[in-house]
Amino acid sequence: MTFPSGTFTPAPGAGRPLRMLWVHARTEATLTLRNGEQVLLTLLIPLALLIGLTLVPVIALPSPRVDAVTPRVLALAVLSSAFTGQAIALGFDRRYGVLKRLAATALPRWLLVLGRVVAGLVVVAVQAVVISVVALLLGWSPSGLLWMVALLALGTLCFGALGVLLGGALKAEVVLALANVVWFVLLLAGGIVVATADLPSGMASVVALLPSAALTDGLTTALSGGVPPLSVWVTLTAWGVGAGVLATRTTRLT
Amino acid sequence: MSESAVEVADVVKRFGPTTAVAGVDLSLPRGQVLALLGPNGAGKTTTVEMCAGFLRPDSGSLRVLGMDPMSAALRPRVGVMPQGGGAYPGVRAAEMLRLVAACARDPLDPPWLLDVLGLSGAARTPYKRLSGGQQQRLSLACALVGRPELVFMDEPTAGLDPQARRLVWDLVSALRADGVSVLLTTHLMDEAEALADRVVIIDGGRVVAEGTPAALTTEGQMLRFRTRPGLDLTLLSAALPESCVVAEPSPGAYLVSGEVDPQVVSAVTAWCAQQGVLAEELRVGRRSLEDVFLELTGRELRS
Repeated sequence: MTFPSGTFTPAPGAGRPLRMLWVHARTEATLTLRNGEQVLLTLLIPLALLIGLTLVPVIALPSPRVDAVTPRVLALAVLSSAFTGQAIALGFDRRYGVLKRLAATALPRWLLVLGRVVAGLVVVAVQAVVISVVALLLGWSPSGLLWMVALLALGTLCFGALGVLLGGALKAEVVLALANVVWFVLLLAGGIVVATADLPSGMASVVALLPSAALTDGLTTALSGGVPPLSVWVTLTAWGVGAGVLATRTTRLT
Repeated sequence: MSESAVEVADVVKRFGPTTAVAGVDLSLPRGQVLALLGPNGAGKTTTVEMCAGFLRPDSGSLRVLGMDPMSAALRPRVGVMPQGGGAYPGVRAAEMLRLVAACARDPLDPPWLLDVLGLSGAARTPYKRLSGGQQQRLSLACALVGRPELVFMDEPTAGLDPQARRLVWDLVSALRADGVSVLLTTHLMDEAEALADRVVIIDGGRVVAEGTPAALTTEGQMLRFRTRPGLDLTLLSAALPESCVVAEPSPGAYLVSGEVDPQVVSAVTAWCAQQGVLAEELRVGRRSLEDVFLELTGRELRS
């Protein structure tokens, strides 16, 4: 094959930051929402729990049940996508060399991180909308939506940082196993399905310090019209900052 | 503006107890093609990864387009084709190239580039379902799409079929003609000979030879022929002048190196007649790069 002279004449330069951010975040969000396993984890399981726990009285909940279930399912949705989904995707992205590929482009490191954060927030927004619509159909009567949005955003950043910490350091298969185990443990014993207050007192004081319990308790308070206490914000911020700082030291490109 | 696209001086890189690169020097003038040639494990990839800013050398100095290879300002000016490619497992070929193109100010047209690389039919195929050769070509597209001044290619033709390999050669020639500097690694002699202005042969993390392909291959002449394997060479050695050495590097392929004159050719054919064998593909010529390479790096297989 021959190429006209001048086809590859150098004309280097970086793209516009906003365009890089837009294309990168859009690509990441599209990949998540197109992946069958991710959709199962981030949407179908939370929706199944929302409908199941609302309609079937397997655990004791205050009435109306949907008002008690929805905040927990929203917290689970954040745990599923920002932590488990993110960690697994990052583990396999590293395996397939995408971080190295992107690190070799003009995309600055801060945009590489920001693009993933924006994509994570977009996915959580999609989850929150779908879950809220189904909950409303089940008779949910929320209040404090602004607090809910703020908590979902902070929860996404916190669990996202934890997801990057896990997915950025270990082998893809190990990440896959650990991310699912942590998801399951936090779902059952991390203050999501069973409220922290209903746990045995010794266990409750420990569980209350977990980000899953903080997010669930915060959302429950907010959506019943209260103001989420300071401890919720501090717990989520501390876990997020701690994981983020650690992740900048442990995350590897491949 | 510095003279060289890449300037590597006495660079060392260790991984734990192993020294992957043990004091390599090399220089790539702007607008030229340099081939880093060596057997597996010679330190080619480590050298390129340090030039591309993926690894920091333990000692020595590295300048790429006059800058520190880790410098962020360098990224837009350099295209990199890492060994084995790199993309999201689920991303479609066209999406990946669009993403990399979005990082450049004035990129090549992604659909055109996909077409050139024969990937139009796979534009919507997820990366993990592309064949090895298709992944390799997508990686090349990603390296070129930003119109870089300098391109690093680590084993650009590994796993490609002959047509795709020829296409990569044509692309490298076009890049060179348009003033792009190229540093590529290969273990294929004909590739280095066909593409490179300069060849640097490395082995065990050190440079063992360098020069233009012509300069590396002119020293000494050779006579080659093929015939029945395993013949006793004692009589032939005795019949040849002392300056000539005869060997059978691979079964049935015989090689006489040294001062090859008409008498030597005559002695060889006479010896074949005595042995009752026919010398096939008998030819006299200069050494190939492969001869130089095997001479310098040994003939035993590396793991």
